[in-house]
Amino acid sequence: MSKKQSFLTKYIFSQDHKVVGVQYMILGLLMALVGGYLAYVFRYQLAYPNQSIPGYGVLEADKYNSAVTMHGTIMVFWVAMPILLSGFGNYLLPLMVGAKDMAFPKLNMLSFWVFFVSALTLISSFFVPEGAVGGGWTTYPPLMANPGFTGVGWGAPLWILAVALEFASMLMSGINFLTTTITMRAKGMTFFRMPLFVWMANVASLIFMFSVGPLIAGALMLLADQLFAVGFFLPEKGGDPLLFQHLFWFFGHPEVYVLLLPALGIVAEIITVFSRKSIFGYKMIIYSVLVAGVLSFLVWAHHQFVSGIDPRIAAPFGLTTILISVPFAITMFAYIASLWGGQVRFSTAMLFAISMIVEFLLGGVTGILNGATASDIYMHDTYFVVAHFHYTLFPIVFLTSFAGIYFWFPKIFGRFMNETWGKIHFWITAISANFVFLPLFFVGIAGNHRRIYDPSLFEHLKDFQYLHVISTIGLFVLIGAQVPFILNFFISMFKGKKATENPWEANTLEWQAPSPPGHGNFITDPVVHRWPYDYSLENTEKDWCPQTEAI
Amino acid sequence: MMNWLPENVSTYGTDMDAVMHSIWNIVFVWFLLAEAVLFYFLIRYRKKKGQRAKYKTGNSLKEMSWVLIPAAIVLMFDLGIDFYQNPVWKKVKIDIPQDPDLVVKIEGQQFVWNMTYPGLDNKFGTIDDFKTTSQLYVPINKKVVFELSSKDVIHSFWVPNLRLKQDAVPGRVIKGWFEAVKNGTYSIGCAELCGSGHGMMRGQLHVLSDKEYQDWVYKKTPKKAKKALEAAADSQQENSHE
Repeated sequence: MSKKQSFLTKYIFSQDHKVVGVQYMILGLLMALVGGYLAYVFRYQLAYPNQSIPGYGVLEADKYNSAVTMHGTIMVFWVAMPILLSGFGNYLLPLMVGAKDMAFPKLNMLSFWVFFVSALTLISSFFVPEGAVGGGWTTYPPLMANPGFTGVGWGAPLWILAVALEFASMLMSGINFLTTTITMRAKGMTFFRMPLFVWMANVASLIFMFSVGPLIAGALMLLADQLFAVGFFLPEKGGDPLLFQHLFWFFGHPEVYVLLLPALGIVAEIITVFSRKSIFGYKMIIYSVLVAGVLSFLVWAHHQFVSGIDPRIAAPFGLTTILISVPFAITMFAYIASLWGGQVRFSTAMLFAISMIVEFLLGGVTGILNGATASDIYMHDTYFVVAHFHYTLFPIVFLTSFAGIYFWFPKIFGRFMNETWGKIHFWITAISANFVFLPLFFVGIAGNHRRIYDPSLFEHLKDFQYLHVISTIGLFVLIGAQVPFILNFFISMFKGKKATENPWEANTLEWQAPSPPGHGNFITDPVVHRWPYDYSLENTEKDWCPQTEAI
Repeated sequence: MMNWLPENVSTYGTDMDAVMHSIWNIVFVWFLLAEAVLFYFLIRYRKKKGQRAKYKTGNSLKEMSWVLIPAAIVLMFDLGIDFYQNPVWKKVKIDIPQDPDLVVKIEGQQFVWNMTYPGLDNKFGTIDDFKTTSQLYVPINKKVVFELSSKDVIHSFWVPNLRLKQDAVPGRVIKGWFEAVKNGTYSIGCAELCGSGHGMMRGQLHVLSDKEYQDWVYKKTPKKAKKALEAAADSQQENSHE
């Protein structure tokens, strides 16, 4: 540690968990630009079919499929995962438990660079013959198993390779998270004194590790089908296409919670700080999330109600799906209850954290219509589902990440982001997102099925074209609103108002370290005396009480 | 919200619409309640000079009940919804009529629907079978069973007005049914991404009166088959005379 570091070892090939975390975040944000650009391209096509798209040209039907496939793939695996779990997780987890670094710093560096290679692999698939894969982010065979059906040459195996590398990288992160949390906590940091974010990141890592195996098996079988026509999923060779769907969704549904949990952790830290309140029902939230984690392994077939599985199996999966709403109802109610009796300060970070709850609630309740088997017959694979999961994922991925970035920016870079520009960014983002996604509920109910590149071709959808136009214009505004954020981010990094060590008067350990913390994090090893949510204790002068303060 | 559903023209569609309306009404009320409480707290407890927040951890059972009681009510609604809607699922997907008035074979293929009809004799595998492409003709108020299959990739047979969706999976024959209750022409789509022409995989459902349907079948039956059938019928008549 005393060794002098060159720029290369300090910022590029760094083993410091904080640098790795920031690398993940920045690469995730760059990938979000790609994912956003793809959304712009296909939403333009949906609103104004077959017109030349500024900055792209005319979108052919097969390229439309590539665009939606890559948009989904990128946003889930190369934006949400790296920013929420690897980015915030790497940066915050050692600081929050009072460790000097991750348990395995070299593995951590490797995990980022494997992720970097996975991103390059995925992006390269746009430039190979026949372009990126267009079989949907779920990559169902036989469409994706037999090159004769997809019209995709190199794109499909490259997709699998990229995802495999990405998962390897996430596994390395997960090993680090769990080991660091279990073995490297500061003195006095018991499990039930850990901030909720630490809990959430660990449960998310566990869910990821338990669920990813079947998908890796499925992906390898799919690759064997693509390259060597083995036929695991090809009926003419004795295979079964539905097998892949089970393997995919056994991973795919828990994955939703792998993204949701770190987001809930981030929101919990922010709403407590800015309402000067303890979180409401700390252990209740933790147990709810653990129950949800277990349940998340028993719901996967709700993606397959009309897929041709035995219809009698739908009822138990419908029940588990509807039941999983209960632990999350508890969590959401607890978050709302946390605001009771508070002193709410509306900083940009707080506004984003609240908007996450406000918008996520709509995504949550609309899930019931997909979980109930009878209504899912109609809703499945319509824009209603698209609207539903964008109302969950947009708040999870973007609103929460923005909240976290505005909140921890002073710690990460030692400077504040500009609040005025932050609020402009917030209001336009939070409002325009509704213009993008609300109309999709309506077109979905009207019978607009997914992944069709020109809805106006269908008689029953002709009258609803204007909703697609509203959604697309909303997206233009939403993308435009990110310009002030990007400028604010980079300008504040060098020119922002300097931050002290604990500018928000928060309790968790990262705020006891210098801003920004040096390699090794803490100047003196922290000793923990209390849980992290002692805000506004009675009979004390200040309304916060760091975890290091003796009782 | 559910008023945006397209017109329903099937028997079970009425039940499905009732399910969708009820669920929506329940969850939307919950959504509004949660938002109302949230916004009330945000306004009521915004920062005011000289005031201090309350210390309330919600760790005692008594305090937890603020959250657990509403959550228990959510659970009851959840179970209520589940038990209420399960019979509808059973009606649509499990209780396929044993004595249908018509059986049609529907095969998905990139990017059309191949329909095979049993013809005048109502039996498959005879010379009067005939096919149509992406146009499905059925008589009104009759139980129609379809045998769904796929030639290549997974497709999904999707008729919004019937409230019908069922994936077509290569290597399997999946049975389903419907009974249309209103004459007219309705959209058919493919709801599972099936390749470059997925968005153009369109068809139409034509619901005809019984007489129109019989005339249409007669018209579609190949001439040769008609002759053979008539000859067979004649000889049968002669036989019965003897």
